[in-house]
Amino acid sequence: MLSRRQMLKYSGLGLLAAGMPGISFARADTESRLVLVILRGAVDGLAMLAPYGESAYKGLRGELALAPPGDTDGLLKLDGLFGLHPSFSNIHSLYQQQQAVLLHAVATPYRERSHFDAQDLLENGSLSPGGRRDGWLNRALAPLHKTGGKEAAIAMAQNTPLVLRGSEPVTSWAPSRLPDADDETLRRIRNLYSSDDFFASRLQQALDSREIAGDDMNSRKRKNRDAQSREMMQATAKFLMAPDGPRVAVIESGGWDTHANQGGATGSLANKFRNLDSSLDQFRRAMGDEWSKTVVAVVTEFGRTVRVNGTRGTDHGTAGAALLLGGAVNGGRVVSDWPGLKSSFLYQGRDLAPTTDLRSVFKGVLVDHLSVPHTLLNKEVFPDSAAAPAMKDLIRNS
Amino acid sequence: MTAMKTPLKIESAIATNRFGLGARPGDLVKIDAQPQSWLLDQIKGPSRLPEAITDLPGSASILVEVEKAREQRQQAKKSGNSKDKDRKMYGSAVRRNYMDQAHARYITATTTDYPFHERLVYFWNNHFAVSADKQPIPAVAGAFENEAIRPNISGKFVDLLMAVEKHPAMLLYLDNQRSVGPNSNAGRRANRRSSDKKTGLNENLAREILELHTLGVDGGFTQADVIEFAQAITGWSVGGGRGRMKAGTPGRFYFRDEIHEPGSVTVLNKRYKQKGMSQGEAILADLAGHPATARHIAEKLARHFVADDPPVGLVDSLAKTYLDSGGDLPAVHAALVKAKEAWQINYAKYKTPEDFVISTFRSLGHVPDDARTVFSALEMMGQATWQPGSPAGWPDTAAHWGGADGLYKRIEWSNAVAQRVGKRANPLELGEDVLGPVLGDHTRTAISRAESLNQGLVLLLVSPEFQRR
Repeated sequence: MLSRRQMLKYSGLGLLAAGMPGISFARADTESRLVLVILRGAVDGLAMLAPYGESAYKGLRGELALAPPGDTDGLLKLDGLFGLHPSFSNIHSLYQQQQAVLLHAVATPYRERSHFDAQDLLENGSLSPGGRRDGWLNRALAPLHKTGGKEAAIAMAQNTPLVLRGSEPVTSWAPSRLPDADDETLRRIRNLYSSDDFFASRLQQALDSREIAGDDMNSRKRKNRDAQSREMMQATAKFLMAPDGPRVAVIESGGWDTHANQGGATGSLANKFRNLDSSLDQFRRAMGDEWSKTVVAVVTEFGRTVRVNGTRGTDHGTAGAALLLGGAVNGGRVVSDWPGLKSSFLYQGRDLAPTTDLRSVFKGVLVDHLSVPHTLLNKEVFPDSAAAPAMKDLIRNS
Repeated sequence: MTAMKTPLKIESAIATNRFGLGARPGDLVKIDAQPQSWLLDQIKGPSRLPEAITDLPGSASILVEVEKAREQRQQAKKSGNSKDKDRKMYGSAVRRNYMDQAHARYITATTTDYPFHERLVYFWNNHFAVSADKQPIPAVAGAFENEAIRPNISGKFVDLLMAVEKHPAMLLYLDNQRSVGPNSNAGRRANRRSSDKKTGLNENLAREILELHTLGVDGGFTQADVIEFAQAITGWSVGGGRGRMKAGTPGRFYFRDEIHEPGSVTVLNKRYKQKGMSQGEAILADLAGHPATARHIAEKLARHFVADDPPVGLVDSLAKTYLDSGGDLPAVHAALVKAKEAWQINYAKYKTPEDFVISTFRSLGHVPDDARTVFSALEMMGQATWQPGSPAGWPDTAAHWGGADGLYKRIEWSNAVAQRVGKRANPLELGEDVLGPVLGDHTRTAISRAESLNQGLVLLLVSPEFQRR
């Protein structure tokens, strides 16, 4: 039996007749899954992944310094130099299972301190804010769905973040508490939009994603923030596991700009870390066997100052941390060309110095996990990125 | 079919929908003689304070109220055996104030006879965004709009800027209230006492004033300018804070001399030797008069009213008006109304969710009797009132708002609204009433063939003509 959405598809209107080859559901050419988690506001990389083994750490971090592994509320041990924030118990067990690569002293090529320009550059993949009007992840989608017209990527939000905007079709989804419009009205709206591609393409994309989402994902009840992020992660897994679903998802999270009272092992940032940790674990469990084909990249626009500021927080900095998690990750490692925290090693005397280009990390994942060809990567996806070659061995058996 | 009406001017549709908040039935006819003067009349001072906000408590008393509730919650947590009510008091005080203010805004937006003025209030509020996702901002986000923005958009930009940067909501949102000059009396004392619990500068407000409020990110300032400016505005604080920040009238702007960094500062190569609060004020005054500020503001206004990629000529001429008039906002707003680019028919602007919801209510003559349903509809479409999530405010382009899911939410909501409040409207007549000649043949046909009035109304509300302005 046909679902109501399929009925709409086959009703022979507008785009369908023009753009869809028959009724086959084109699959993305890859079984690999990629989730990009963007933490907006600049996460404190030194709180996420703390270099407790470095002698300058405790003095510079002052009241934000985390206790060494083994102490009460201490860091979760990774090696003799680094420990994970105590909120990240699930990520720590992924590390122990060789399913996490933890990167430090990474940064995009951006060297100023504006959130908004930094996010723009993180997402547009060029060397400057506004350097491209579309996103690098959209440009990387081209080889992913050669065989059909279905969207290869989804933004888990009402609107599409820059990183996914561009000429490749993508969709977006967020839970709804509103009753659905009836099929006949939707059919007429498609007809109404048939002469305006802006509306027609978006409606088609929305209908595609809603077909996968089904009705059970829309709850009429309001939820608190923790429940909302769990719901979002479960929905993401459902999309990525659908046979004709997207292979790439982008999730955004805000509120990481901890200028004041950020706290240490407990406190506001620790709570946000715990929520992130449990959401990611929720996602891992929901993915089931497909987790083995999955990479989750957790990134932010820049790091924060090494020293504590005057209001028990940290100000805008330069290099920070990033995480790669998943069954497909060649993990159990901290990857960092560690620049050190001694004053003379700090960038402009205040920030962790960048030693790894975040584009190298993205390129390494795109090449080895999604089989995006090098030529496309260097010319289109990350223009002018010869100085940032793809990082090798991030993906298992690649 | 409805009877043929006298054709209305396209300018009337543009005036009410692009500049205003959406036409009400009858508006186009009323202004059809002189759509431009109708707009120009709304610009002049003194600033209009709408009736719906007059009974709301001010930010000072709200901040006192929520601080008391916070202390009570603290006590309740400590004693462990207290009632649930005490624990929830803070959250409910914040939410009540938030929703009362939002309700007043929704009532004003749906009923105002000065919709261009009201749109300008929202534009400037968004320019100086304080986002209600950090405590206690939800309690005072609306008060900030009513106290710092509304009374100041019919004067000079510099006065608006001063009012904004001294408003407690802004100082709390961007962490300036506890930013301490390291060489101030309090700073020296604290740093002698303990090396671990450091006290000192917070750069947040200074950076965002330069980057977002005045010069713009390419306005030519450096990290050194940020730090020196941050030093200049140490002491710009809120009275009745916790611990050593107790002095001053609770909930009001208070200059704390004991945390102000002494000595001169250099910002944009100019030395400021003033003492105390006047140092920061002098810098703000110079920033307001800077050509980069003129350009930054001109570009944002042109983007908001004309096109996502605004014509360079328009930006140039608005910036010139700004500088020539000494940053006189009515002069700049009037220049915008008189610009020929603003009256071109290509409907370039995709409505934001807020534009869409408010213009729907205005077209239906519906005044929301409850803030929560409106708030949650906007939240679902991605624009929870006063919560842009960052000091940059909501983006102003279709690239941001044009998500597939966002459009689908508008369809779902239109459907719900048509069923709830749309009962009596004849959709084709309504379309002609509020869109005038903008309503195209394709949409007319679709509406006229609808199988019910409700369905016709949904088609009108989701139509490309209604979704753009």
